Amino acid sequence: MKRNKILITSLVILGLVAIFKFVACVTPEKPGDSALNSDAANKVYVAPGEYDEFYGFFSGGFSGQVSVYGLPSGRLLKVIPVFSQDAEKGYGYNEETKPLLNTSFGFVPWDDAHHPELSQTNGETDGRWLFINGNNTPRIARIDLTTFETAEIIEIPNSGGNHSSPFTTQNTEYVVAGTRFGVPYPQKDVAIDSYAENFKGMLSYIKVDEKGHMDIAFQILLPAFDYDLAHSGKGKSDGWTFFTSYNTEQKHDLLEVNASQNDKDFIAAVNWKKAEEYVAQGKFKEIPANYYINRYDDDTHTATSNLKKTVKVLTPEDCPGLVYFLPTPKSPHGVDVDPSGEYIIGNGKLSADLTVHSFTNMLSAIENQEYETTIAGVPVLKYDKVVGGVVVKPGLGPLHTEFDNEGNAYTTFFISSEVVKWKLGTWEVLDRIPTYYSVGHLMIPGGDSHKPDGKYLVALNKITKDRYLPTGPEMNHSAQLYDISGDKMKLLLDFPTVGEPHYAQGIAASKLISNSKKIFKLEDNQHPYRALGEKETKVVRDGNIVHVYMTTIRSHFAPDNIEGIKVGDKVYFHVTNLEQDFDVPHGFAVQGARNAELLIMPGQTETLFWMPEREGVFPFYCTDFCSALHQEMQGYVRVSPANANTPLKWSTGEPES
Amino acid sequence: MSKLPRLVNTLAVVALLAVFLWPIWQIVLYAPQYPDGVKMYIYVDKLGGDSPGTLQNVNILNHYVGMKKIEPDSIPELKLMTPILLFFVVFGLITAIFDKKWMYYVWTLLLIVTFLVGLYDFYLWEYDYGHTLDPNAPMKFDGASFQPPVFGKKVILNFVVYSIPHIAGYCLAISAGLGILASFLKYKFSKA
Repeated sequence: MKRNKILITSLVILGLVAIFKFVACVTPEKPGDSALNSDAANKVYVAPGEYDEFYGFFSGGFSGQVSVYGLPSGRLLKVIPVFSQDAEKGYGYNEETKPLLNTSFGFVPWDDAHHPELSQTNGETDGRWLFINGNNTPRIARIDLTTFETAEIIEIPNSGGNHSSPFTTQNTEYVVAGTRFGVPYPQKDVAIDSYAENFKGMLSYIKVDEKGHMDIAFQILLPAFDYDLAHSGKGKSDGWTFFTSYNTEQKHDLLEVNASQNDKDFIAAVNWKKAEEYVAQGKFKEIPANYYINRYDDDTHTATSNLKKTVKVLTPEDCPGLVYFLPTPKSPHGVDVDPSGEYIIGNGKLSADLTVHSFTNMLSAIENQEYETTIAGVPVLKYDKVVGGVVVKPGLGPLHTEFDNEGNAYTTFFISSEVVKWKLGTWEVLDRIPTYYSVGHLMIPGGDSHKPDGKYLVALNKITKDRYLPTGPEMNHSAQLYDISGDKMKLLLDFPTVGEPHYAQGIAASKLISNSKKIFKLEDNQHPYRALGEKETKVVRDGNIVHVYMTTIRSHFAPDNIEGIKVGDKVYFHVTNLEQDFDVPHGFAVQGARNAELLIMPGQTETLFWMPEREGVFPFYCTDFCSALHQEMQGYVRVSPANANTPLKWSTGEPES
Repeated sequence: MSKLPRLVNTLAVVALLAVFLWPIWQIVLYAPQYPDGVKMYIYVDKLGGDSPGTLQNVNILNHYVGMKKIEPDSIPELKLMTPILLFFVVFGLITAIFDKKWMYYVWTLLLIVTFLVGLYDFYLWEYDYGHTLDPNAPMKFDGASFQPPVFGKKVILNFVVYSIPHIAGYCLAISAGLGILASFLKYKFSKA
């Protein structure tokens, strides 16, 4: 009896243990991070006072801006306002920068900034400018890399969703633009289901001159596919640009299903040198199209807007040899050209394999007229005559590829959330490493140029989840830095970013440091309302418009007492910063101004508009802690009733001696 | 061999010409906020610095404690030094041409005396700037002097101040040295 009891108890215990063990085996367990390299901290540590090796320029996506990071530290150095108003710097609020945001739709103070692209010389990044596209109201901006400020914004007409942009040619002869959303051409009131008949897809070539000034050289009229991304050729493929497309089904609703039916979509290969010939021969149609070119001048410290009225449009039917379609599986996203210019990688985001076209094959297919068919005057080349190789089942959801300087390619896979390293030519997969999470673009400094700097790779992720301390429902997007100098990729650093970085560019800091401006020379200031010394300060009334010519220097405004302003006046504070010392900006803010502050760099003049709506005496002050007497840097403006006779006067306190 | 003193004195004159190319003296201020230093240069006829804004920046710093604004126009020495230096150039060449012993002595002695007077004058200006303070200055420090050193290093509040010759200053010293050498050689040759 007793023995039986013991036996039963033992059996029960054993049974429980077995059940527990079984359950433990299927209990969910979070997959761990790949082991961090033990010397990762050393590799990203930039000692206090020392500089990073690379500048990284990250697009802000829906922030509309560009953020500048130091790499490998991942330290945020600056946010450059581009397509969005930025109250911090007065950008788009002060009178000087407002014109930069003018479009044919009027003042558009936001955009969706996607792809930064550094200017190039002989296919190498040269550090002159950074271009970036605005997707929503199609635009391209140019940032001057001596000032790290937006210098120019051009609007792209006949487009909707400028996504496949700006992607420079190898000597920055052109930056390009495309339309991700087919739109009626010309834009008009038509039924949406007349898509196939009325909608078109326009590709644009924007000429960049030696000063960086942009204008639309020509546009190419194509079927209304969704032109997604682009890259221009280099080396042997210089003279060509490659644009991916999806929705070759030309559908206008439920695109996630309807635009995912064709097994192959197209990469449009554009021979832009041929286009130049056709333009020179007059084979274009001059079409009415309103678009703005807005330029900022460093001497007047002011942007001006210029409305253009026509563009030159080339049509493939009239221009044989201008465009070819390369069939590419399936809904290709990024199109990336290797450093030699031979391989064109079509990242078919719904494809199991990664397709690589050969430029040499493409040229011979064109020469032998190996056409499958012709669409709207564009020959479709036979897939097996242009394909150069296939990377078989490298991962799920390939989006973008960049390159190192040793013949390797690195492709991001959104769905399987990883970067895969593979060999150009042999198409073998060499290494793979997870990203956190769902990587979009990746960036290797110079990785889309003729001369990559294959030391670091940055993965730009779409999903953050648990990577950082939680900050409510919205998390900043995460980026990871990898060491790619060895055979195996190594995770070094994980850092949050501003907005949603799509693409990024990297450049050796040594190419930029010495060109970075420290001050604007006061003697070069050509602002129409400048005051180059306190003797030139004044207040001028013209009807109900009042111009205040004001100066700042540590630590006072001149004038700092103003009387004779009336309710309803339109007051313009033109503030010149007389400082000529590096990193001594002054700010200016006045109570009740319904816009923002000014942040004026040494030698610069900026203008704040203020319309006082009530009488009283209102303080103004310096907003940027400038000196030991910053708190004393303040003044008053007296506002009298609209019908008052208060005389206009202004003064700056003189020390009693 | 009798040509040697003439040659040496000509070299002394050439060294003098450096003042028309480079600054004579420099005052360098370092502070935590000025990691690269504020470098003020004294030329034969003007004040300057390592950037066009240097003088303005020095004046901005000085105004916190009520020091006078440095106005080059109010410093007559900047107009006097050029003719004085030109006199030494001409006299030096005349000495080399006529090769008279007394000329060598007078030239060298006058040059050295001029230097010493110049340094004393520099001290007086520095004393004046360092001690003549506006009573309404925002910041007052009892018994403090803001006078930079004539030569060497001094700590003034948050600044470490160096006052040292610039290229032309060293050339002036070399010129005086060559003057002494020329006089000595002339003395030896005329004895022999």
